[in-house]
Amino acid sequence: MSGALVSAVKVGKHFGQLKALDDVTIDVDAGEVVCIIGPSGSGKTTFLRCINQLERIDSGALWLNGELTGYRRVGDALHPLSESEIARQRRLTGMVFQRFNLFPHMTALENITEGPVRVLKAGKAEAREAATALLERVGLAGKAGSYPAQLSGGQQQRVAIARALAMNPKLMLFDEPTSALDAELVGEVLSVMRDLARSGMTMVVVTHELGFARDVSDRVIFMDHGRVVETGTPSELMRAPKEPRTRDFLRTVLAEGR
Amino acid sequence: MDARELPLSREEVDIARLRHVRPRRYGRWAAVAIILLLAGLLVNAFATGRIDWSTTGEYLFWPTVLQGLLNTIWISVACMAIGLVIGVLCAVAHASPNPVLRYAAIGYAWFFRGTPVILQLLIWFNLALVFPRLGIPGIWTGRTVDLITPVVATLLGLGLNQGAYTSEIVRAGMLSVDRGQREASKAIGMSHLMSLRRIILPQAMRVVVPPLGNEFIALIKFTSLASVIGFSDVLRNVQDIYYVNARVIELLMVAAFWYLVLVSLLSVAQAALERRFGRGFNSVVQR
Repeated sequence: MSGALVSAVKVGKHFGQLKALDDVTIDVDAGEVVCIIGPSGSGKTTFLRCINQLERIDSGALWLNGELTGYRRVGDALHPLSESEIARQRRLTGMVFQRFNLFPHMTALENITEGPVRVLKAGKAEAREAATALLERVGLAGKAGSYPAQLSGGQQQRVAIARALAMNPKLMLFDEPTSALDAELVGEVLSVMRDLARSGMTMVVVTHELGFARDVSDRVIFMDHGRVVETGTPSELMRAPKEPRTRDFLRTVLAEGR
Repeated sequence: MDARELPLSREEVDIARLRHVRPRRYGRWAAVAIILLLAGLLVNAFATGRIDWSTTGEYLFWPTVLQGLLNTIWISVACMAIGLVIGVLCAVAHASPNPVLRYAAIGYAWFFRGTPVILQLLIWFNLALVFPRLGIPGIWTGRTVDLITPVVATLLGLGLNQGAYTSEIVRAGMLSVDRGQREASKAIGMSHLMSLRRIILPQAMRVVVPPLGNEFIALIKFTSLASVIGFSDVLRNVQDIYYVNARVIELLMVAAFWYLVLVSLLSVAQAALERRFGRGFNSVVQR
């Protein structure tokens, strides 16, 4: 078996009549940075949410760090995992949302220390120290005491990244992390993500930032209508796409000047 | 990968095809068993206790009982209506930029929430002791004892009291609406009041309906307090019957039955209201 950190095999997921994911097979190796691109409604975000079990998959199977997610398999029988076991699996991943989802009633520092203190039972002093270091790492050393409402979108998203990192995940999931940001704030978030990629973190990034995908990722996956259409290195997929649908998509996005 | 998973290849593991084993929830079954046992004991106790259930059945639809039930229903609805109108007005006044309105609303809630409702009922009913005559000076006056009947005193007492509680609930609902909504309504040129009426209050309703349903249920039962000032609600009429025939528990069961029916109907209505005001929030985001 491969040493893949994420291993999705023929994953299917539907919402009512809509097939959100259709036979999606994707492996992500440790240390790899994978960008998923594609039009909205193509299933990129759903796939991301399946990895950390915010969505349940309907068919196929998904392994995280070699462990089947959502179920314990005994022979040919599947035993659904309990809520706490799912939470434990989820802890391998950190997630950054499009709309930040910071806890508005907590300061930046408290947002970051909440998980380590409450979930990982870390000491308060130790968690604060780690959180302060993380804030520095995302370039927000002076904002520890600020509430989310007092921060710009870019600053909020960087706090959100720090909050996810504080849980020491093996894998970081980014769900269109810059889509809700003003153009001039996109850069600061991408540069934090770039540093993170350079540090060796395994990352799956759903994004519309083709420049980021080209510069940072090891592999780019193009999805459409719930299927993986094409996979390749950034230069393969973006300079010489094989599939006509990939070409059309890239042309449309580039025409929009992104 | 886990050693015991090895016999199947990756492609063979498909959660849609493998057998799913439902987890056995021993705790849940134990809870069910205990609850069923307790319920059985309770039913048995009442079935074999010294209650003549046939008497209860006999009086269930007795004209006096039904008349009392009708009174309970309409006075509850009327007091809730009064409470809603006053409550919304006070909540709006509380949010008003005008300090006089704001303090009037605060003072109102302070008084009516600060004294027992039964005390308020008694004060209204005995108003004649303070003001022998009421009316508009120079145009029309009447004797207070004629004006403040048990019905009027109940409407005033329970309605005004309800208004004080409702205003706090509506206010909480208004606070729950995102500030951006107020700004967006201002931005399309709405006045303060129009923005409240068209944008803020409809969204506040989603949060407000569950506690208001709670209040209505409480109010239905508070109407039984009005029996102390001579209002003929279902409890009062049931008591009148058992003073005569001495079937105390049997007739109290009649009243309990009707209260439960009323509250059950109300719960159904509340669920429908919650669905109505939850629209736009309930749908699952599909992406």
